[in-house]
Amino acid sequence: MSAPLSADLAQIGKSVFIKGELSGSEDLYVDGQVEGTISLKGNSLTVGPHGQVKASVEAKGVVVQGKLEGNIQASDRVELRKSAVVTGDISTQRISIEEGAFLKGKVDIQGKADKAAGK
Amino acid sequence: MASVTQNFMKLFRGSSGSTQGQTPQPAQKLTRRSSGLGELSRLWDSDTPLCVLDLGSTSPANIRFFTERSHKIYSEDLLVASTEAHLVTKDEQGNVVLDSRRFLADNLQYPAAHFDVVLCWNLPDYLDESLVRPVMGRLWSVLKPGGMLLAFFHTKDAGPDSPCYRFHILDKDVLEMQRIVLRREARRGPTGALHTAIGEGFRLQRVFNNRHIETLFRDFASIKFFLARDNVREVLVVR
Repeated sequence: MSAPLSADLAQIGKSVFIKGELSGSEDLYVDGQVEGTISLKGNSLTVGPHGQVKASVEAKGVVVQGKLEGNIQASDRVELRKSAVVTGDISTQRISIEEGAFLKGKVDIQGKADKAAGK
Repeated sequence: MASVTQNFMKLFRGSSGSTQGQTPQPAQKLTRRSSGLGELSRLWDSDTPLCVLDLGSTSPANIRFFTERSHKIYSEDLLVASTEAHLVTKDEQGNVVLDSRRFLADNLQYPAAHFDVVLCWNLPDYLDESLVRPVMGRLWSVLKPGGMLLAFFHTKDAGPDSPCYRFHILDKDVLEMQRIVLRREARRGPTGALHTAIGEGFRLQRVFNNRHIETLFRDFASIKFFLARDNVREVLVVR
């Protein structure tokens, strides 16, 4: 599966390995390896089928098709596709999990009121 | 009189639907009533968010069931975790066993008295012998005092080829059972290692009788058995 092409989408290809702190204000598609932290507060992260992410993630939306090890904090929604392997806690307002996805961790659905109260 | 007798027998048999005599096909889904789950269901309407630990395969239905009710759900597939190659070791007699210390260092890492409910499903029947007692000990410690654990055990009438199911909660006392047939990709655990030992599914390791079950849960405060017609005993224990 190839990444959707968009002018506002940054891509990290299969052969790329990044270690450190990643932040930005555009959507990000990761099909390579990332270790560290990913912060895309108003934007979305997609981990492609070949993606291997070892990072805590903060984003508006997170879609996982590959492997993600770390906690996910999404202000809007999280989607785990059937090939997803996620190890970490998920905190979000909405979640969808396809049959076949693997999750080791907590799912905590936060309402808007919870977020405002900082729960 | 006959109807009274029938009702009495129904009470004894539990309310589970029968799967006896059927040979489930791969990925076939069956539904069954679960008296144990029904007993737990009075907790789900609690105003206080509960912490629930689901030890079966990741189930979108279970995650939806609990998150819709504002509870926190933790998902951890201990059967798949038990097939990690690095766990294999030898005991003092040279027998091949799984390293329970290492297993517990990698899994079930939660604070003491953290969970209100643990859904163990059929884990004890399919888990390697060397892990059963250590895992139950850890589950006791992560349950809150008064917390409940639900587990299913095959009776002696179940054959050694009894398939291993994953359980999806459909309603307060209704479960959907889906036979575990692991695809190659699905056999990749968090480490990325392929679990070649699993083959098509997990094999029944042993059959516990009532005394074995009572011994297994001897540290718990109380134990309740529910007999079902499909060669399964449901057990609800309270810490």
